[in-house]
Amino acid sequence: MTDTDKPSVWKVGVVAETRTETASGRSIVLDVPGWGGNIAGQHADVRLTAPDGYTAVRSYSVASAGSGDRVQLAVDRLPTGEVSPYLVDDLIVGDQLEIRGPLGGWFVWRPEIDGIEQTGPVQLIGGGSGIVPLVAMIRSHAASDSTAPFKLLYSVRTPDDAFFRSELAEPSRGLDVTWAYTRRAPDGWARPAGRLTRADLEARTFPANLSPAVFVCGPTGFVETVANSLVELGHDPARIKTERFGGQ
Amino acid sequence: MGIISRGFSGRSREHNPDLPPGQYLTEDFPVLSAGPTPSIDTADWEFSIRTESGAVHRWDWDQLKSLPIEDVSTDIHCVTRWSKFGTSWRGVSLDTLFADVDTNYEYVMAHSYGGYTTNVPLEDLLDGKAWIAFEFDGEDLDPEHGGPARLLIPHLYFWKSAKWIRGLVMMDDDDPGFWEQNGYHIYGDPWLEQRYS
Repeated sequence: MTDTDKPSVWKVGVVAETRTETASGRSIVLDVPGWGGNIAGQHADVRLTAPDGYTAVRSYSVASAGSGDRVQLAVDRLPTGEVSPYLVDDLIVGDQLEIRGPLGGWFVWRPEIDGIEQTGPVQLIGGGSGIVPLVAMIRSHAASDSTAPFKLLYSVRTPDDAFFRSELAEPSRGLDVTWAYTRRAPDGWARPAGRLTRADLEARTFPANLSPAVFVCGPTGFVETVANSLVELGHDPARIKTERFGGQ
Repeated sequence: MGIISRGFSGRSREHNPDLPPGQYLTEDFPVLSAGPTPSIDTADWEFSIRTESGAVHRWDWDQLKSLPIEDVSTDIHCVTRWSKFGTSWRGVSLDTLFADVDTNYEYVMAHSYGGYTTNVPLEDLLDGKAWIAFEFDGEDLDPEHGGPARLLIPHLYFWKSAKWIRGLVMMDDDDPGFWEQNGYHIYGDPWLEQRYS
């Protein structure tokens, strides 16, 4: 690694592709020379610069994982946001923006550690755009032909609010996906629309006695509720990693 | 100057001298925690300071609350880039808690209920710079925000203000705590943008 390739150094990314994911969110693929890959679950800082030199920086989870200089972000527009509306509405293919990373070493999953394949069960629980780092883990799991059993419980308001919907509709081998809808479920869906409850978690996630590694990501209230319920269900708090966004 | 972002204008340019570089103001109080929120009954709560001699200074909840309580109004700055101005807290100054502590070590590891740790130089805890806080905005501190009590070191990025504080252990060296081992800066001065290691 040269000095200019370090995670802390700003690099120039070129938008290679954008895709509308939901009414308020989209994914963005960037080519970032010097990025050099990332571990599933890490994040990146994105810096926008106005013509007068004013800058704004925000952190986003990376949806891609593995080696290479292609980075995929997925961003949800915050109504009063400064950076997210630009990324969701204005950015087009060929635009440049500055990015640095990968950052963070905690909310991550590695297919192997020190050459040893990680085979323990992994429970992913995402709310809304909180799916982004979890998708990176799912992709890392698939790309490495990992034998670790993976389960995803994905909570969204309505079917239209799911990021990576088509990708998650056809889960890779060893991945079990459960959908939960909080406002409107598809026609004929067995579970009525509503927030995740302890009973949902008990029925649809790995039980505590399997000691799964648990990753929970989503809005603060969602993560609080889910993580507290998991502890009540007997999960070791030390096995539950959380990432929260938004205020209260 | 970096790459100009086509069509990006950003918010107003009013220079706010109280806002450290790279931060934006929020009215919210966002939550950053690595794991579940621990549930701690004040009846079981205890805070301690342990020194190199093995001496342990302990306070239970009632003993802490019987110490001189200070009102603290301060700006806070999170490494995830939000800053919040004029937050109001109540708590006990670390100067009070360290008054009878005899140590030659210059560094401190803060330990929390739930296992979180963070490292701080001792001088950053003294001279009116840090508190054990148990009230926010006139209310008991919410568990999500570190209740019943958290460390409050507002001049450093807020991950140093350990939630659910349980004790301080004196250290000879500035060993890294939890986030400091996971890519964050060993010291964390927001005015120098010491975010990442």
